[in-house]
Amino acid sequence: MSWLRYFRRTRRKEDFAVEIETYLQHEMDENIAHGMNPRDAAFAARRKFGNITRAKETAHRMNTIGFLETIGQDLRYAARLFRLEPGFFTVAILCLALGIGANTAIFHLLDAVRLRALPVTSAQELAEIQIAPGQKCCTGNFSSRRSNFTYALWDELRSRQQAFSSLFAWSEHRFNTAAGGEVRSVEGIYVSGDFFRTLGVNPALGRVFSIADDRPGCGAPGVVLGHSFWQREYGGQTSALGRKILLDGKPFEIVGVAQAGFFGVEVGRSFDVAVPVCAEPIVNGENSHTPKRHHWWLAVIGRLKPGWTLAQARAHVRAISPGLFAATLPPNFTPDTAKDYLGLKLTADPAASGVSDLREDYQGPLLILLGIAALVLAIACANLASLMLARASARERELAVRLAIGASRPRLMRQMLAESLLLAAIGAACGALFAQFLSGYLVRFLTTTDNPLYLDLGTDWRIFGFTAALAVLTCLLFGLMPALRATGANPGTLMKAGGRGLTGARERFGMRRILVVAQVALSLVLLVGALLFVRSLHKLLTLDAGFQESGVLVTEVNFSTLKYPPERWPEVQSEILRRVRLLPGVEQAAAAYVVPISGDLWNDRFQFVGGKPAGHFISNFSGVSPGYFRTLGTPLLAGRDFDERDATLKSPKVAIVNESFLKQFLNGASPMGTRIRIEAGPGEPEPVYEIVGVTKDAKYRRLSDPFSPTVFTAMAQDERPAPGAEIFTRSQVGLASQLAAIKREMAAVSPAMALNFYTLHSEIADSLLRQRLMATLSGFFGFLAALLASIGLYGVMAYIVAKRRSEIGIRMALGADRTNVLQLIGSECGKLLAAGLLLGIVLSLAASQAVAKLLYGLSPSDPLTIGLSALLLALVALPASLIPAIRASRLDPMNALREE
Amino acid sequence: MAQPKQKDDRGDMLQGTLAMLVLRTLLLAPAHGHTIAYAIERTSEDILQVEHGSLYPALHRLEERGLIASFWGTSENNRKAKYYRITPAGRRHLARERSRWDQMVNAIARVLGPATE
Repeated sequence: MSWLRYFRRTRRKEDFAVEIETYLQHEMDENIAHGMNPRDAAFAARRKFGNITRAKETAHRMNTIGFLETIGQDLRYAARLFRLEPGFFTVAILCLALGIGANTAIFHLLDAVRLRALPVTSAQELAEIQIAPGQKCCTGNFSSRRSNFTYALWDELRSRQQAFSSLFAWSEHRFNTAAGGEVRSVEGIYVSGDFFRTLGVNPALGRVFSIADDRPGCGAPGVVLGHSFWQREYGGQTSALGRKILLDGKPFEIVGVAQAGFFGVEVGRSFDVAVPVCAEPIVNGENSHTPKRHHWWLAVIGRLKPGWTLAQARAHVRAISPGLFAATLPPNFTPDTAKDYLGLKLTADPAASGVSDLREDYQGPLLILLGIAALVLAIACANLASLMLARASARERELAVRLAIGASRPRLMRQMLAESLLLAAIGAACGALFAQFLSGYLVRFLTTTDNPLYLDLGTDWRIFGFTAALAVLTCLLFGLMPALRATGANPGTLMKAGGRGLTGARERFGMRRILVVAQVALSLVLLVGALLFVRSLHKLLTLDAGFQESGVLVTEVNFSTLKYPPERWPEVQSEILRRVRLLPGVEQAAAAYVVPISGDLWNDRFQFVGGKPAGHFISNFSGVSPGYFRTLGTPLLAGRDFDERDATLKSPKVAIVNESFLKQFLNGASPMGTRIRIEAGPGEPEPVYEIVGVTKDAKYRRLSDPFSPTVFTAMAQDERPAPGAEIFTRSQVGLASQLAAIKREMAAVSPAMALNFYTLHSEIADSLLRQRLMATLSGFFGFLAALLASIGLYGVMAYIVAKRRSEIGIRMALGADRTNVLQLIGSECGKLLAAGLLLGIVLSLAASQAVAKLLYGLSPSDPLTIGLSALLLALVALPASLIPAIRASRLDPMNALREE
Repeated sequence: MAQPKQKDDRGDMLQGTLAMLVLRTLLLAPAHGHTIAYAIERTSEDILQVEHGSLYPALHRLEERGLIASFWGTSENNRKAKYYRITPAGRRHLARERSRWDQMVNAIARVLGPATE
């Protein structure tokens, strides 16, 4: 009711005025009737009524809500002040927008990766079932991001478990939709029949899969499209239903489209197509995972039965584990591995916010970035607080007058806080816009063709709350202290003192000095962080990886859809290589199974034949063609490269090892003639290789990994060849024509050959994404922080000079020359800077430990980095503070003194 | 609902009294502010001098509390005036206040005893 009245207050005010007017008229009428003249009658009426203003005010107070009324006034007043000082306003808003925006953007990503619940029905009932960590798990073939289950194990679990009302398995797989030639990949998932029902996801069109679709031996029962893929590829047309789509060469009929906004259960990824798990054998053919009990490729999520808690479910799956593993023991396991396998236990973990491998990758960096962004915001706040203090002291007299004529201190504080609040609100609004842009940019930054990152960046209440909380917090941070100080002074002393002092009273800008020291210190911390990241990225980029990546084109050839028998695969591989080598312009060409730095890994256990040295060893492996080392620019240190002698399965198997292999296993002794035997499961071949060459070390999986022992074998001698290879070419002609020529040549072999191209250089650049992200963002923030701190320092110095104008004037009148004045102000500034830097170094040493894990080849307390950062900051900050000093030295003493 | 206002007149005897007088006056017939002021003065034989200016905020307060209602009308000398009339709630309030007032007057009278003069 009172709120209603508030909004009607203008109307009521008018009514009230009319009422009073009526009274006066009546009274006048009566007075005139009693014989007064109109003038006296009017006066008498007013006298009779009493204090009109007071009556109006009383009525006004009844109708208004005091707080609302004054905050409106305060905000209008603040807006007026800001219009008068556009410079201050712009700087303040810019600081806040950058600070708040950066925080919001990074929080947004964290929220999307970490906190948000899956957009499905009752996500909190979902639990992921996997092998409990800390066990000796598992041997075999792992082919997906979450390879937690074999098909057999999943099948057993599904039929034996009691804890879940429904559960599903899924696995991701990148499908090629092209009939031949260059690959067009789509992100796919294999899903078991209950996937959509368990999650409560409905079709937007057609139908989604049910249990009936997922029967063993189902062939190619159809495909459900992701909503955005449907929009993108089929323009959202209903006619897409019933059409066929080629997935790895097999036609699948489109049976439906999943509901909008559903991206699957893996945060950071999205699916374009979903096919039933039972279709895997027809897609992968010979290499199908489904029948193989040592192929781990599925992940499982279930929905808890009503009344079941997660703890009960966990206990349940643990209890049924022995039976499950006993029933699914892979036949080819050795007794050792079988024993480990039989002892495995399952567990269940909450999966309300989905599962993600991004979390492990990006949570740490994002938290650090959030910390960095928070520091930037703190520096910005310190800057603003300093500015507000300066404004407050400029308005000292105004405030003193207002206090003296009866304004209450809370009222004045409210007014000053209203200014801060207005700034914070506008800053937060601009910051939110900036954040939208920045978080979008970050997602694009982290997206590579090979690793598309999909994040739902819709704004939710959490983001809104975070931004609002930041706005209030910053407002309090930079507004409260100046408001308290400005209104805390005794008006009497203030009015007396106004402008009279010769030297500014020290304590009045003591607070600003502290703020500047804090700013310098914090920005040094950020600069040190930035430099650490930049330098470690630089180290990674310039390290000797053991190969020359520039100019190397990688062509991924896959002929699995062609009907070559497996025994002909090596032959096809060498035919492809032979043809590529003959292409005009191609200087060198080679093939391999593993592309360096791509993240691919092939390692095996082996032993030395003859038991010298004795024991089991593990090394990285790769199968390569002759010419591989020359093509990649890795020097051969001893022995020979592969050649025609090693071109058939029947020739004696040979291997080339790297330096690390020698150092680690053979104490650097010459390995020529040494033979190693690969250990495999029973029933699998255990090939023996004779070492015939040694190469220089080269990085294998990641640039940041140390060199590790690697054994190269000849592709042509591989007992288990693959229907494809990675072809490396170095050519004189440009990339585009090289690519086109290879495409033409491969089409000549067969139009159904699937090809995928990328350069080794971009592969390596992509592998450094996280480091690049950290270097770019921390560099940006560090620069921003240094800039803010410089502005802060400049502000304080300018203020000090202004306050000490008359003092400087007197000094100069008494004979001080420019150098003296420069020294005076310069030393002041130097002291502030030095104190800030010193504090900053201490803080950096403490804070940089948090980033140790993300650095390469640098200690977090690297003295060079810290020294450089301090120097850099001093270089940026000194000119900013020298300007006021120089200005002071040019002061005309007569002018300065006359102003007094 | 009108919490801040109740704070104003609770315990303030004069305020409450004024409200009672206004309600009593309006019991006879609707009236506008000027009439009410004079009616109180006249019926109390000029003993109770209401400050006319303070009458209007009081009227507003009573209207807020729903004890009286207002409408615009034309006064006896043809001027637009805001008329007030008592509401059923106002009648109840008056009855309550009146009995409290009587009790108080009696109580005070008993304490003071018969006039000693």
